[in-house]
Amino acid sequence: MSKTLFDKVWDTHVVRKIEGGPDVLFIDRHLIHEVTSPVAFLGLKSRGIKVLYPKRTFATADHNTPTINQHLPVQDPLSANQLKALESNSNEYGISYWGLGHQKNGIVHVVGPEYGITQPGATIVCGDSHTSTHGAFGAIAFGIGTSEVEMVLATQCIMQEKPKKMRININGQLGKGVTPKDVALFIISQLSTSGATGYFVEYAGEIFENMTMEGRMTVCNLSIEMGARGGMIAPDQTTFDYVKGREFSPKGESWNKALAYYQSLKSDSDAIFDIEYSYDGASIEPMITYGTNPGMGMGISHSIPNANDVEGGAASYAKSLNYMGFNEGESMMGKPVDYVFIGSCTNGRIEDFRAFTSIVKGKKKADHVTAWLVPGSHIVEAQIKEEGLLDILNEAGFTLRQPGCSACLAMNDDKIPAGKYAVSTSNRNFEGRQGPGSRTMLASPLVAAAAAITGVVTDPRTLI
Amino acid sequence: MAYDKFNILKSTAVPLAIENVDTDQIIPARFLKATERVGFGDNLFRDWRYNPDHTPKSDFVLNNSLYSGKILVGGKNFGSGSSREHAAWAVYDYGFRCVVSSFFADIFKNNCLNIGVLPVQVSADFAEKIFRAIEADPKTEIEVNLPEQHICILSTGQKETFDISSYKKDNMVNGFDDIDYLQNIKTEIEEFASQLPL
Repeated sequence: MSKTLFDKVWDTHVVRKIEGGPDVLFIDRHLIHEVTSPVAFLGLKSRGIKVLYPKRTFATADHNTPTINQHLPVQDPLSANQLKALESNSNEYGISYWGLGHQKNGIVHVVGPEYGITQPGATIVCGDSHTSTHGAFGAIAFGIGTSEVEMVLATQCIMQEKPKKMRININGQLGKGVTPKDVALFIISQLSTSGATGYFVEYAGEIFENMTMEGRMTVCNLSIEMGARGGMIAPDQTTFDYVKGREFSPKGESWNKALAYYQSLKSDSDAIFDIEYSYDGASIEPMITYGTNPGMGMGISHSIPNANDVEGGAASYAKSLNYMGFNEGESMMGKPVDYVFIGSCTNGRIEDFRAFTSIVKGKKKADHVTAWLVPGSHIVEAQIKEEGLLDILNEAGFTLRQPGCSACLAMNDDKIPAGKYAVSTSNRNFEGRQGPGSRTMLASPLVAAAAAITGVVTDPRTLI
Repeated sequence: MAYDKFNILKSTAVPLAIENVDTDQIIPARFLKATERVGFGDNLFRDWRYNPDHTPKSDFVLNNSLYSGKILVGGKNFGSGSSREHAAWAVYDYGFRCVVSSFFADIFKNNCLNIGVLPVQVSADFAEKIFRAIEADPKTEIEVNLPEQHICILSTGQKETFDISSYKKDNMVNGFDDIDYLQNIKTEIEEFASQLPL
């Protein structure tokens, strides 16, 4: 029987099917961080059980770490305590731990791929919904809750009902100034924030084939924002070139064997999806969100839709616009911007900083804008310096912070103040997501750069 | 961790007719810093429930003494966004044992099932009926019958069945969790692991 890419990877990992229930799914790689793991370890302790395969789990600290002065002790006692718990739990159970100050420390979904932990055909989970990022490699990767983190530590398995399958096909050429982030925000705006709930998505077509791994990671990262458990892209030469030679990638004869397997990972030509959508790449504009969920996005030249033209309840829509201080029918162009954030597991990779720099080069940051530039890892940080981007950024009035999740979820001190507007390259514009009362407009690094220079929402195509 | 058994729950309900309630609203990220599962109920819906000066917001339903009970009735697409199980813990810790919605986000739903909060997905029409019944009388009782898989508005007798896998139902009725199951098939898991292609 013909199979989709998703079927092939899933079926290979099913230990047992439970009648009238979920599948027992074997997990190849497990990533943990300080926020969603401590209670899982407490559970193990209270049951008196060990971690079954400690070498399949990797720990990094990222969610509530500071992004300045990382060499100093963490000031917030609760954050410090959580970091200490991750370190002591990792040490106690023999798990690799990349804490603050460690060369490999960084955002879990940035460092996983960088060190070759992420591989095609693997099953990967983490107590973080943006685990979907790793699907860019043709892996099945999704976020889990803390009870499930405990399950994976204890048994390397979780219980999951097999999701339905969706394919999103986009062909054609992307226009000037349109990035992978725009492609993802466009898809979410079409399907809504819940339109893919219950599905696992495969992205297919020229637009994705022509993307770099960084771009594919941005797209797959945002799969959860339309409710999908995850998204994946069939591995190809771009994938193999990225994976080869990384620290945890297969080597020598194992690489040849792995490569042969990776090459088999694509949907059969007659595979059936439960639902398919197709779009024309040329129709996608630079995007920006105007509301309080990622589905409330539009082309930057458009006007904020009227409640009658959107699905869902008018009351919830009005609540959302009211929170943002926006009105139906308004243009977003020229809206004031107080903060700009570039970073996160969505857009904290080298390509994102290259894009940002391409716009700000030779210009100056608007005086009233506070800009936080946060690389996803030390590798990204080093690349920014090596490629000369830092000099250009400094010249334009920007400085670089240290790696971490930062203002994406504002668990550390990087909080947007109440009422202030941020153009953010992160993934969620929920109420208060970037700090209590903060107002977020999600966009690409190019749109963020244009806002940082002009101090208002600006179409980046006018600056290219 | 094993949890309370769930059988038949009869309770008044708290209505929250807002769509796309994300887990950042249920429990904001700044309250995720604990290393133990304690105290999350205090911060359930923190920023909708309290002003910045920590005084209660009088227009929020949890601060309205008319409404109480062990059942939370939410709008469509309840629990979207972050996978933080802390959201389900906050719901439980506050005192809810069941969340009703016409549509749930996947991860939140799984998290609830894993800690003993029953997510009951009803039709949009039935959700509307519940909201109307509570609006008419805040003391309206709802009965959630897990063994029979139905939910009933006791004042009107309106009833609807709901889906749950027989495996999960069995777990909830008996207070078992997935780790209990997985621990019992460990040998099978180890054998499977030894035969993986890569």
